[in-house]
Amino acid sequence: MNSEQMALLMEAEDGASLWHDAWLRLKKNRAAVTGGVVLAIMVVLAILTPWIAPYGYEAQNLDLGATSPSAAHWLGTDIFGRDLLTQILYGGRISLAVGFIATAVALVIGVTWGAVAGYVGGRIDSVMMRFVDILYALPFMIFIILLMVVFGRNILLLFLAIGAVEWLTMARIMRTQVQSLRQQEFVEAAVSLGLPPSAIIFKHIIPNALGPIIVYTTLTIPSVMLLEAFLSFLGLGIQPPQTSWGLLISYGAETMEEYPWLLIFPGLALTITLFSLNFLGDGLRDALDVRGSKD
Amino acid sequence: MGRQTEVLKFIFWRLLQAIPVIFVVITATFFLVRSAPGGPFDSEKAVLPEVKRALEAQYKLDLPLHEQYIAYLGDLSNGDLGPSFKYPGRSVNEILGSGLPVTAELGLYALSFALLIGVLAGVFAALRPNTRQDYIPMGMAMIGICMPSFLLGPLLVLIFGIYLDWLPIAGWGDLPGDKILPSITLGSAYAAYIARLSRAGMLEILSQDYIRTARAKGLPEWRMVIQHALRGGLIPVIAFLGPAFAGLLAGSFVVETIFQIPGLGRFYVQAAFNRDYTMILGTTVFLSTLIVFFNLISDVIAAWLNPRLRAQFKGGA
Repeated sequence: MNSEQMALLMEAEDGASLWHDAWLRLKKNRAAVTGGVVLAIMVVLAILTPWIAPYGYEAQNLDLGATSPSAAHWLGTDIFGRDLLTQILYGGRISLAVGFIATAVALVIGVTWGAVAGYVGGRIDSVMMRFVDILYALPFMIFIILLMVVFGRNILLLFLAIGAVEWLTMARIMRTQVQSLRQQEFVEAAVSLGLPPSAIIFKHIIPNALGPIIVYTTLTIPSVMLLEAFLSFLGLGIQPPQTSWGLLISYGAETMEEYPWLLIFPGLALTITLFSLNFLGDGLRDALDVRGSKD
Repeated sequence: MGRQTEVLKFIFWRLLQAIPVIFVVITATFFLVRSAPGGPFDSEKAVLPEVKRALEAQYKLDLPLHEQYIAYLGDLSNGDLGPSFKYPGRSVNEILGSGLPVTAELGLYALSFALLIGVLAGVFAALRPNTRQDYIPMGMAMIGICMPSFLLGPLLVLIFGIYLDWLPIAGWGDLPGDKILPSITLGSAYAAYIARLSRAGMLEILSQDYIRTARAKGLPEWRMVIQHALRGGLIPVIAFLGPAFAGLLAGSFVVETIFQIPGLGRFYVQAAFNRDYTMILGTTVFLSTLIVFFNLISDVIAAWLNPRLRAQFKGGA
C-alpha cells in the first residue's frame, strides 16, 4: 500500500511539473499568448453584450438605410438601418456559444466512446469503430437538415447536431491514445492490482491522454464555429431573428457590391476569432508536445 | 508474413467491412428522409387529388414503407437510383451523371492548385525554419485555414470580379477564365493544410543524417530537396489526400452555390430544400460510397506507411 501511495505521489508530482513546463513553454509563444488574449476579449465582449452594445438588438431605422462606417455607427448600418457593431456583438454570442457548447458535447461523447473502444479492444472495439465509420460516411448535411425539419429549427438542436457530428474525430484520437497507453507498465500494474476497467479508464488513462484532448478541443472549437457558419450561410443553421456571424456573412455576400462593409466586418470578426483559436491550439500542441494525428 | 500480403489482407478486410457500412447508410438515409414531414407534391399550387394520387402511384409513394424500401433496394442493385421527384422525366442517374464531371473537374483543379501552392510553400518554409521565409508562408497558410470558403469566395468575387473586373463572377465553362475563382476558393484551405503538413514532414526529414551527408557532399540545395528530401517529407501529404477528397465534396456545396456551378454539390443542396426524396437518397448513396472509398484508400496508405499502425489491423480486427 505504501509503495502504491509513493508511486501515486511521484506520478502526481511528475504531472505537476509537466503542466508547469508546458505553461512556461506556452508563455514564450507570442502567437499563442496573443491568440489567448484576443479570445478572452471576445468572450468577455460576448458576455457583456447586452450592457455594452451601442444600440438595441431590435432597433431599426428604415429612413437611415445602409450607411458606411461613421461616428454614430462605427461599423456602419445594414439595409434596415440596424447598427452593424450591435449585430456583430450579438452574432458573436451565438457563434461562440455554438463553438463552446457543441465542442463540450463532442468532447464528452468522443472521449468516452474512444476510451472504451480502445481499452476493451477486440470485437467490441471493431463494432464501435465501424459505427463511427458509418456516421462518418453519413453526410451530416442531411442529418442536420432532417433534424431541423422534423423538430423545427431549434438552436439547442443545432448544438446537439453539430456535437453529434464532431465527436467522431475525438473518438478516433482518444482510441489511438488509449491503445498506446494500455500497453504501458502503469496500466498493466493497475490491471494486475484488480482495478475495475471504469476506474482504470477514468483515473489512469484519460488523465494521461489529457494533453492531446486539450489540444484537439482547442482545435475543435474553430471547426465547430466554422460548421455553424457554413450551415447558416446555406440557410440551414441559425434563423432570424437570432443572428450569427455566418448568417451576417451570408447577408453581406448578397449585397457586397453596394455595401461591402456588411460582408467585411462580420468576416473579420469570424476570421480573427478562428485565428486566435488556431494559434492558441497550435501553441498548446507545441507546449504539451502532442504529436500530430493522421491529418 | 510479408508486408505485401499483410497489406493486401488488410485491404480485403476493409473492403468487406465497407459493404455493411454502405448498406446501413442507405437504410438509415432512406428511413430518415421518408420520416420527414412534407412530401414532394405538397407545393403551394393546389394539385388535384387525382393527379396527386397518380403521381404518388407513379413514384410508388402509395405503397407501405417497407415495400417502398424493398423496391428501392431492388432498383439500386440494378444501378437505378430512380426518377427525380422535382424534375419529372429526368432520372437521378442522369442528373448525377451531368453533375459528376463538373464537380470532379472542379475538385481536380482545386486539388492541383492546393498541391502546387501547398507543397511549394511548405518546402520553402522548411528550408529556413523560424525565419521570415518560414513565418510569411506559414502565416498565409493560417489565414487560408481560418478563412472559410463562403467568405473567401465572395471576397475574391468582389476583388477580381467586380473591382478589378478581371474574371467572370459566376458560371462554369461559359466564359473564359470562369473556372479560376471557384477552383482557388475551393482549393485554398487545402493548400494551407498541405503547406503545414509538408513543412512538418520536410523539417523532420531535413534533420536526418543522410540529408546532412547530401549537404556535406556539396549538393545544391534544390537538388538535395528534389532527390532526397521530398520523397520522405511528403508522406503526411499523401496520407491527407483521402480525407481531403471527402472534404472537397462537402466544400463543393458552398462553392457551387456561390458561383452557380451545376455540379453535384448544388444539386444536393437544392434536393434537400425541395425534398426531392430520390435525389437526396441517390446523392447520399453516391457520395457515401465515394467517401467510404476514399477513407479506405487513406487508411490503406496510412497502414502501408506506418508499421505500428499496421500491427493493430492484423487478423482483420
